[in-house]
Amino acid sequence: MTDNTDTAGEAPTRRRSRTGLLFALLPVAAFVVIGVFLFRGLSLDPSEIYSVLINKPAPAFDLAPLPGKDNGLASSDLTQPVQLVNVFASWCVACRVEHPLLMELKRNGTVPIHGLNYKDQPQAALNWLRNFGDPYDRIGSDLNGRVGIDFGVYGVPETFIVNGEGVIVRKITGPITPQILQKELLPLIAEMQK
Amino acid sequence: MTRSTLATLVGMVLLILSLPAFAIFQEKPLADPKEEARAQELMRDFRCLVCQNQAISESHADLAGDMRAIVRERIAAGDDNDTVRQYFIDRYGDWVLLDPPLNRKTILLWAGGGVILLVGVGLIFIRMRRSTRAGMQGQTGLSDTEKAELERLMREQG
Repeated sequence: MTDNTDTAGEAPTRRRSRTGLLFALLPVAAFVVIGVFLFRGLSLDPSEIYSVLINKPAPAFDLAPLPGKDNGLASSDLTQPVQLVNVFASWCVACRVEHPLLMELKRNGTVPIHGLNYKDQPQAALNWLRNFGDPYDRIGSDLNGRVGIDFGVYGVPETFIVNGEGVIVRKITGPITPQILQKELLPLIAEMQK
Repeated sequence: MTRSTLATLVGMVLLILSLPAFAIFQEKPLADPKEEARAQELMRDFRCLVCQNQAISESHADLAGDMRAIVRERIAAGDDNDTVRQYFIDRYGDWVLLDPPLNRKTILLWAGGGVILLVGVGLIFIRMRRSTRAGMQGQTGLSDTEKAELERLMREQG
């Protein structure tokens, strides 16, 4: 009988030590999983909202030009292999920041840029363009901001990269920085123009 | 207490009492009070995209004002609540809802806590059962004479 309990007792002990090791590793595994998520969280901007419009056709719209200009902006104008739709306003401070980069793109003829003048006073927008330069091929005046909302705009400036089928390929929320331009925008444009 | 401090105190109390009034917007309500009530109710569901943790019903952001106007418009046009929700989801994603919907992408968010709790409870349960079984094996390891001795001792004590 004593023999019996001994051999019966030995097998569970060995099994227990193996599950014991598993139990001991569990917190470590949990730590690694949580750590990966938190580490990824470090490089995410919580104020940046992923756009549901990526890889979807740009919303249909038809906006009148600014007074005295003759090129308004409609979804049917988005016919180039690649074009930018830049949401801007004269009241938008960050728009001033990215503006020189847009002017540079215009000078180099890199890519056609269209403007969506979001909830702006047309005269203020015209003054702004006269003072700082006009990088846009066409500008639509979105007076009540409804087209902006159709585009899911929540913080100006925003820039949409639209392909030849009128599909939104990418969206940049906030001002385009030299870094975004060099590392993301220019390679993407070159790729799309091929 | 002098007159002027009393006046200041009364003024402060009045100011505090009037604070909720600041949250009411000068906006034209819908003509039908029932529709307006439905609009107000819905506005509490949508996140202000600018201030993020505020509902559009209480946000002063410009965009929130536009969104409130859209809610009223859609309801006046005869949309039901789900259609209005879908309108904003189509433009801003599920995130625009303060209460995230249950779907494939949010299942982890909704069920994650419960699943982890269940796994934890399950593990504890397994461990406890195993250790009591091991403990029982140790106790029944007594021989018959030992058991008799134990019982005799306990009887004496009692």
